[in-house]
Amino acid sequence: MPEPAVGPVVLDAADLNRALTRISHEIIESARGADDLIILGIPTRGAVLAHRLAERISAAEGLAVPSGSIDITMYRDDLNMRPARALGHTVIPSRGVDGKTVVLVDDVLFSGRTVRAALDAINDIGRPRAVRLAVIVDRGHRELPIRADHVGKNLPTHRGESVRVRLSEIDGQDEIVLLRDAEKQS
Amino acid sequence: MIEHLLSTADLSRDDAVLILDTAGEMENLTDRSVKKLPALRGRTVVNLFFEDSTRTRISFEAAAKRLSADVINFSAKGSSVSKGESLKDTALTLQAMGADAVVIRHGASGAPMRLASAGWIDGAVVNAGDGTHEHPTQALLDAYTIRRHLCGGSGDLAGLRVTIVGDVLHSRVARSNAWLLHTLGAQVTLVAPPTLVPVGVDSWPVTVSYDLDTVLPETDAVMMLRVQAERMNADFFPSTREYSRRYGLDAQRAALLPQRSIIMHPGPMVRGMEISDDIADSDRAVILEQVSNGVSVRMAVLYLLVGGSREGAGETS
Repeated sequence: MPEPAVGPVVLDAADLNRALTRISHEIIESARGADDLIILGIPTRGAVLAHRLAERISAAEGLAVPSGSIDITMYRDDLNMRPARALGHTVIPSRGVDGKTVVLVDDVLFSGRTVRAALDAINDIGRPRAVRLAVIVDRGHRELPIRADHVGKNLPTHRGESVRVRLSEIDGQDEIVLLRDAEKQS
Repeated sequence: MIEHLLSTADLSRDDAVLILDTAGEMENLTDRSVKKLPALRGRTVVNLFFEDSTRTRISFEAAAKRLSADVINFSAKGSSVSKGESLKDTALTLQAMGADAVVIRHGASGAPMRLASAGWIDGAVVNAGDGTHEHPTQALLDAYTIRRHLCGGSGDLAGLRVTIVGDVLHSRVARSNAWLLHTLGAQVTLVAPPTLVPVGVDSWPVTVSYDLDTVLPETDAVMMLRVQAERMNADFFPSTREYSRRYGLDAQRAALLPQRSIIMHPGPMVRGMEISDDIADSDRAVILEQVSNGVSVRMAVLYLLVGGSREGAGETS
């Protein structure tokens, strides 16, 4: 596969930092505090972002906000269309999600199918009081009636483009880049 | 990943670790309120058992059901097999019913291989024990149990010393374990009376010893095998008492094991023969945990073999 051309940097480390700080305050504001909040990220990068958000909210509110991750592989609507994939890691905070406000975190919001799968996965774990969605980049092209409550950056894209999110915990640096004319991503 | 699970010798290290990692995620399910995953919804798993088995069949059935598959249990007793139906006709019947996976236990070594390679069925074949040949999911759950206790639940088993004791000749568990544990980097030692060591063992990736007491102090996990009296058509040892005195694990012998080592048994146990009562029930025995890990491991196998599209299966990706 030819390397897609690397387009402009959408968010650099400082931008991402500011976006996360803003989102963490938005979450506190809309939940009227941080009691009964749980931040759940979708592996792999969503889980890292969830952890960062939980740390910021904990620091701002002075109480420990639990964070975890929820793997959606087995809930995907295209599960039967490709060879079985390795599962991501699921960590649900010990007190569960019942009656809590779950903030679901992913890096890029695109078709909305991942979020749909995550909602099904949450449904099998318990019954939260509410589920909110936070994403770093909303690139449009929704295929399902899903929208994010908290968005780092709205980024109009073409379908052929893709967004590459790199985070220091996994990739060694924080950077979000638009990849132009990418081959159809798998 | 591989297309069928017939033998642990077919598994690469990466495949084996992938199965164990997937089993680890499956295990999380046990503390959820809804103990079900949607991965195999609309798929049909057939348990085709030509030999008696309780724990393996129930374990596969639980695994398939927790993944939301439809499960059909087919045992030779009370089926057309007792009227003389051949394996081929049985297979074609299952194919016509649309089986996505066939879990087969058969008294004849090689029956699962025949089922997988004859072109009778499209589904994945999982060997649940064939004759004295292999029992791959048992070996995988043993490796999973060892990894959890001695390797912090991740990676492979590099450097661990595993000793398999007893009726190796008739044991498909021993054969599957020898290959899998070797692939995962463990050193395997077989201990058995000379009469119960199979011909051709020198081609296995193991060392063989006849003296349990010298091996135990250098063992991280010891696996006691059942003496399979039902498969013995000759006298392989003078008496039960002599066997258990030389190759049985009792408290005195278990004291030779290093502090952190674990004691395993694939079940069913013959207490007083290969393992004494107090050892079977001791804290170091992980025998019941092996059973519960069996469900997670079989979920992982079924998910990886039939959870995705069958096209492109068998390719490395």
